[in-house]
Amino acid sequence: MKAPDFSYEKPNSLSDVLNLLSDDNLECQLLAGGQSLMPMMNFRMASPGTLVDLSGISELSVINVTDDAIEIGAMIRYYELQSHESIKKHCPLITKVLPYVAHAAIRNRGTIGGSIGLSDPAAELPAVLLCLDAKIEITSQNGVRLEPASSFFKSIYETACETDELITKIILPKAQTGQLFGFHEIARRHGDYAMAGVCIAQDADLTRRVAFFGVSSSAIRAFGVEKILSGVSELSENIILDAQNSLDEIEFEGDMNAGPEAKKHIAKIVLARALKEMK
Amino acid sequence: MSKTAQITVSVNGEKYIEDVPVRMNLADFLRTKLGLTGTHVGCEHGVCGACTLFLDGRTARSCLTLAVQADGTEIITIEGFESEKNASDLIKNFHQGNALQCGYCTPGMLASSIEYIEQGNPADRQKVKEYISGNYCRCTGYQAIVDAICTTIEERQN
Repeated sequence: MKAPDFSYEKPNSLSDVLNLLSDDNLECQLLAGGQSLMPMMNFRMASPGTLVDLSGISELSVINVTDDAIEIGAMIRYYELQSHESIKKHCPLITKVLPYVAHAAIRNRGTIGGSIGLSDPAAELPAVLLCLDAKIEITSQNGVRLEPASSFFKSIYETACETDELITKIILPKAQTGQLFGFHEIARRHGDYAMAGVCIAQDADLTRRVAFFGVSSSAIRAFGVEKILSGVSELSENIILDAQNSLDEIEFEGDMNAGPEAKKHIAKIVLARALKEMK
Repeated sequence: MSKTAQITVSVNGEKYIEDVPVRMNLADFLRTKLGLTGTHVGCEHGVCGACTLFLDGRTARSCLTLAVQADGTEIITIEGFESEKNASDLIKNFHQGNALQCGYCTPGMLASSIEYIEQGNPADRQKVKEYISGNYCRCTGYQAIVDAICTTIEERQN
C-alpha cells in the first residue's frame, strides 16, 4: 500500500508545467489535491513516471467573477469553494452539493480541477458541471481552448483533456433569476461515494437539465428525463413516475456498492427526491 | 528529475530539515524519520481517517499527502494537540467518557474534533456525526466520541 517509485517536479510557472507535459518520455501525471490520485498510486492502479505538483502555480488558485460567469481556478480546493461568498451567491448548486463531497479532511485538500480531470463516475462535481452547462478551459503549448462539459466527460477516468494539456479553469454561468436547483444522493456513509445521485437545474422557462452520477461509466445527462419534465410546471406523481421510467435510456453499470439493477432503483429514488426538494 | 528531496517543515512548533524519498508519505515521514508515532496509519487510502493531522491549520490525511508536498508547511500532530491546539479539555473528556478503547482512531478522531470545535460549530449531535464521518472507530466508540465533543463545546461556552 505504498506508492510506486516516481520522479517529482514542482514547477513555478504554467509554461514549465506545459513543457514537462509535452515530453512523452517523462510519463507525467499532474498532482492537484492528490485525494484520488494518491490512493490510486498506493493501490498501484496508477504509476506515473513523473509527478508534476501544481501547488506552486498561483494563477490556478484564483476565483474570478465576470459579468455572467464564475471562473474557478483548477487548484481551488473544495473548502475554498464552500466558504466563498460569490459561489454561495452565484452557484447555489455547488454550495448545496459540496457537503456531500467526501469528508472534511478530504475537502481541505481536494481540488475542483482534480475531480473534473479524473472523471470518476461516482464524483458529484462532473454532474454539477453537466447540468449547469459549464465550460472547461484547457491549456497546452498550442494555446487555450474551451471544452463544453457536455463533451468533456468521456468515460471512467477519461476526458477530452489530452496528455499534453492542463485544465486551467472551470467556467460556470451565474445562476439566473427564476432558476431552481435540485440535488440528492444516496451513500452508505455520509461523504462516501454515492451509490447513485442526481443534480437538476431548472430554468425560468421550465427547461430542466438532469445529470446523474454513480450510475454509469461517467457522469451522464438524462435527456429522456429532461424531455418529459420540460415545460411542466406542476410535477405531479404521474410525471415523476414517467420520468423515473424513462431512466431505461441509461446504461447502468454496477460497482463495489451495488449492481446495475440496484443502481437503477436508487437512481429512480434520488430523482424523485431531488425533484421534490428543488429550490 | 529527482527521487529524493530536502524538505523543511515545522512540526508541533519545531523546525526540521530532512532528506526524504519523494514517494514517502507524510505519515511515514513523521513516524519513521521524526519518531512521532502518535499519527496512526490505517487504510493508507484516505478512508479510515486514523492518519488525520493539521497541515497549515486544516485537517488533512497524512497518508494521502507526500512528505515532499509538506515542504514549507506547519504540521500539528497528536503530540502537539495539547500545546499547540489547547485541547487538554477535549482529551480529558475523551478519557473520562470512554471515547476510546484501543486508541487506534483517536489521533485522527481528535484532529477532526478539534477542527469542528475551532470552527465555532454547535454541540449538535447530527452535525458532529457528519463532521467525524470521515473517521472510522471499530471499537464501537461513536456515541461516546460525540458525547465528548459536545461536552467540550458546552463546557467552553459556560
